[in-house]
Amino acid sequence: MRFAEEFRDPKAARALLAQIAGVADEIGATREAPVRIMEICGGHTHAIFRYGLDKLVHEGIEFIHGPGCPVCVLPMKRVDECIEIAEKDGVIFTTFGDAMRVPGTRGSLMQAKAAGADIRMVYSPLDALELARRNPDREVVFFGLGFETTTPSTALSIQAAAREGLANFSVFCTHITVPPPIRALLDDPHMVLDGFVGPGHVSMVIGTHPFDFIADDYGKPVVVAGFEPLDLLQSVLMVLRQIGEGRAEVENQYARVVPEHGNPVSLAAITDVYETRPSFEWRGLGEIEESGLRIRDRYRAFDAEAKFGIGYGAVAAEELAEGCACGAVMAGRAKPVECPHFGRGCTPDDPLGALMVSSEGACAAYYRYGGARAAAE
Amino acid sequence: MCLGIPGQIVALTDPERMLALAEISGVRREVNVAPVASGPLEDLVGKWILIHVGFAMALIDEDEAAATLQALRELGEAQAELDAMAAGDAALEGGQ
Ligand code: SF4
Repeated sequence: MRFAEEFRDPKAARALLAQIAGVADEIGATREAPVRIMEICGGHTHAIFRYGLDKLVHEGIEFIHGPGCPVCVLPMKRVDECIEIAEKDGVIFTTFGDAMRVPGTRGSLMQAKAAGADIRMVYSPLDALELARRNPDREVVFFGLGFETTTPSTALSIQAAAREGLANFSVFCTHITVPPPIRALLDDPHMVLDGFVGPGHVSMVIGTHPFDFIADDYGKPVVVAGFEPLDLLQSVLMVLRQIGEGRAEVENQYARVVPEHGNPVSLAAITDVYETRPSFEWRGLGEIEESGLRIRDRYRAFDAEAKFGIGYGAVAAEELAEGCACGAVMAGRAKPVECPHFGRGCTPDDPLGALMVSSEGACAAYYRYGGARAAAE
Repeated sequence: MCLGIPGQIVALTDPERMLALAEISGVRREVNVAPVASGPLEDLVGKWILIHVGFAMALIDEDEAAATLQALRELGEAQAELDAMAAGDAALEGGQ
């Protein structure tokens, strides 16, 4: 254990680990009958693996890696639809780089770009707006992907385009929201979660109250957490204490960044521009009610779905690779190493499933930090 | 794209469009400050912010900025963000 190098404050980390162990023993958590804590956010998954927190904590605590990585849950059909738009004459298709390698049924955006489509990686929808200003004779489409952390940025960009009358700019909206899949997971009869580490940056936008239902309706503790290792350990301790004391509340460990009621400017922009879709497909999890957003009619001129006549098309059954365990991994029922493709047909350089694409995906994190470790056990 | 990166606002560039210049790990890049603009925009100059895909999503203090940046470096995410910014610049020129 390279404590001194890994932690800014090794003493604090040791103290937290000791406290965690104390409460875990008190509530009778063991390797055989662990307390299962889901970290919802992919950023947390990455940090847990990077710092080996899953191995450092008491053996009676098991981390279950939640669906909070937008790249990992991007449906194949949606990738196909992106490519269909990108291949149209005159289109410049812009996207966050993270989405480039996600496989669709006919390949990835990266492959479509290699085949000649004008697909460009941008850092921000601001770049796409600027491209639209500089190329008035081209149609610039921005692939609006992500949870509540990125949703305000596309909403504000659409508002800006509307103000400027930037008619050649549109957004292909694939924004999704965090709470609905958590409700779906909690409703799953096979699911045995004891508590949640809530997403810090999503909560920075929406506040902590959208997670109240987890405590109120399902009786499970939630602690909204920062993503430094000490934040995560502190949050795990807070979840355990709630369990020990028989409480179920939403607590905010990351109050230095997360306001209780979120960010008002961002929330107003989201409400102005977007409305909820009846349902949206999550790769590996299936259709989830009211989990996706689409652009309201008043901004129809900036909606790529309307502009190109490419709607959101659900597929009955995904053409996933045989034996692919993405869905089971995401629901916490299987570990990545239990997938027959892990490290063989599916690696970060050549991903078969989406969980292997982003550093926030459970499989990529396992591969990078935990694969050898897990195999050795 | 989800974790964001801290930066410091060094100047306003286009107040009408809510744009300001931020210094992010030695790189300067224009960001939209609308989400953190509750008073006069000039007051934002010098402030530390958490930037998500080009938008200032929260005001933070300098210590928090330093600690966050350190964590991002260890996760390899700081470089990923800076690379994405460079890719964005290249995209504007039609490159990549
Ligand atoms: S190893 Fe690949 S195919 Fe298997 S669950 Fe992970 S991402 Fe899916």
